[in-house]
Amino acid sequence: MKNHKTIVLSNQEIAPGYFRMRILAPDYTRLAKPGQFVMFRVQRALLPLLRRPFGIFRAGFMPADCDTMPPKEFIEIIYKVVGSGTEIMQGLHQGDPVELLGPLGTGFDTGATRGDNILVGGGIGLVPLYMLAESVAEPARTQLLIGGRSRDDVIAVTEFERLGVKTFVSTEDGSLGDAGLVTKVLEKRLESTPQATVFACGPMPMLRAVAEICRMRGVRLQVSLEELMACGVGACLGCVVKGDGHSDAQPNYLCTCKVGPVFYADDLAWEGMPAAAGGDCGETP
Amino acid sequence: MKRRDKDTTTVNLQVEVAGIVLKNPVMPASGTFGYGEEFAPYLDLNSLGAVVTKGLSLYPKAGNNTPRVCETVGGMLNAIGLQNVGIDQFIAHKLPFLEQFDTPVIVNFFGNTQDEYAEVAARLDALPGVAGLEMNISCPNVKHGGIVFGTDAEAAAAVVSAVRKKTTKPLIVKLTPNVTDIRQTARAAQDAGADALSLINTLTGMAVDVKTRRPRLANTIGGLSGPAIRPIAVRLVHQVVQAVDIPVIGIGGITRAMDALEFLIVGAKAVQVGTANFVDPNAMATIITDLEAFCRAEGIADINDIIGTLEL
Repeated sequence: MKNHKTIVLSNQEIAPGYFRMRILAPDYTRLAKPGQFVMFRVQRALLPLLRRPFGIFRAGFMPADCDTMPPKEFIEIIYKVVGSGTEIMQGLHQGDPVELLGPLGTGFDTGATRGDNILVGGGIGLVPLYMLAESVAEPARTQLLIGGRSRDDVIAVTEFERLGVKTFVSTEDGSLGDAGLVTKVLEKRLESTPQATVFACGPMPMLRAVAEICRMRGVRLQVSLEELMACGVGACLGCVVKGDGHSDAQPNYLCTCKVGPVFYADDLAWEGMPAAAGGDCGETP
Repeated sequence: MKRRDKDTTTVNLQVEVAGIVLKNPVMPASGTFGYGEEFAPYLDLNSLGAVVTKGLSLYPKAGNNTPRVCETVGGMLNAIGLQNVGIDQFIAHKLPFLEQFDTPVIVNFFGNTQDEYAEVAARLDALPGVAGLEMNISCPNVKHGGIVFGTDAEAAAAVVSAVRKKTTKPLIVKLTPNVTDIRQTARAAQDAGADALSLINTLTGMAVDVKTRRPRLANTIGGLSGPAIRPIAVRLVHQVVQAVDIPVIGIGGITRAMDALEFLIVGAKAVQVGTANFVDPNAMATIITDLEAFCRAEGIADINDIIGTLEL
């Protein structure tokens, strides 16, 4: 956990409206755990004021600019342009100064990945699943279900395939893979691998449906949540979600930035979950 | 502004507020720094003038529904709803951590009723690890979070004097800007026994999601903080400094040393940094370093020589 004043290494549009940014990030290959996130400061100015939370897509090394230098350590984030912060981000170039606070939060419980795994990613929710897929003991027993509104919302599939993970793509408009919701695919996959553990990240309606499917079948589920947050370190208390057994008399609020962003589904109170939380960092278009 | 290698003249940053000696005039604003431990990985708590805790109540408080925060131009709205662990948990689990540091701990607190305010104050008064109390009579986000007391001079006087009877520790009263004339509540708090005033708490505000046509906060209305409110805060601190004889702590949109200096020049004895802690967890350390550098560059040996030097 550290604040790095660092630079952008590259920033490319990978699908309409989706960008992948590589950022110089010392120590992250050692420190970052699957499912953790960074608070990203877009520029050293007061607009936008707050940092934006982004799940870490992956951490790695790249060759330095000359032979005598050690390799450069980087992370990659993938973002969708939705508001004022991400609009500025899409205009950033190699060498532009940015700040990274992290790695933050509690990631996936990777101890639960022995055996069959089903990873469910909705749209940009796919991002934190990559490091998880990298970490599983048997990639061949790991299935990745990717859902998107259309083919433009399905990103980074080939990289998961390269890990040896079996991928199943579905789009709501049928423009790529199976037509329909990713939750339908999940039901089907759970029929052939009923003892699998499920890991999911995506929009709240999807997570809610995934939670219901897993609850009905007694399948263990970990979800990664996105919530509006100001600080990322557990101080602002802006990003709380209701934990299991929460009531007005016995409040059980959990900080998404500290206890999460990854939770066991059983530890959350799904009835009270806000329908449209997260994803755009409260950005005004 | 790093000139240490060239110029090593010492600058005195130490100030005193209501009997509390601060290494420097910079401390966090309540609610933006948790209980201190959240920031310890990023910031040396020993470097701060004081630590000010999240607002505490007699019993734990759940807070409001989400969304609780949203960004606006140059600031943010929040309606956290004073979520806190309660005074017992604080004493058992949070205060011991803060006591390790050579930094005064100022505990912010509030109550639902006058009696609750008094009871929390009495409990805090007994703790040697607490250097001072900051009573919040200004939270805009809960019905009984103090705003009832903070917007009416008579009610403010009553609750401050009830608390005053329960503590001999330095008592700071935190004022709301959401009044017609802040000088009235400021004077009322002073006359009821406050040792110092801190201002401003957030300004009430609102933002709407134009697609859903719903408020962007679950609580509909929230408190606006951040650089956007700084000129209002400087004006109010200026007015209150003229109106009272007790020290004033300036709060509102400070992100840099230059911002802190504005408050000091209009007469604040110290400042609190709030929203900037969210933007940069190391913000206060930078402000302290830059304050020292400013003094050195300007040939000022003691920061106290800047306080209240506004030229009119």
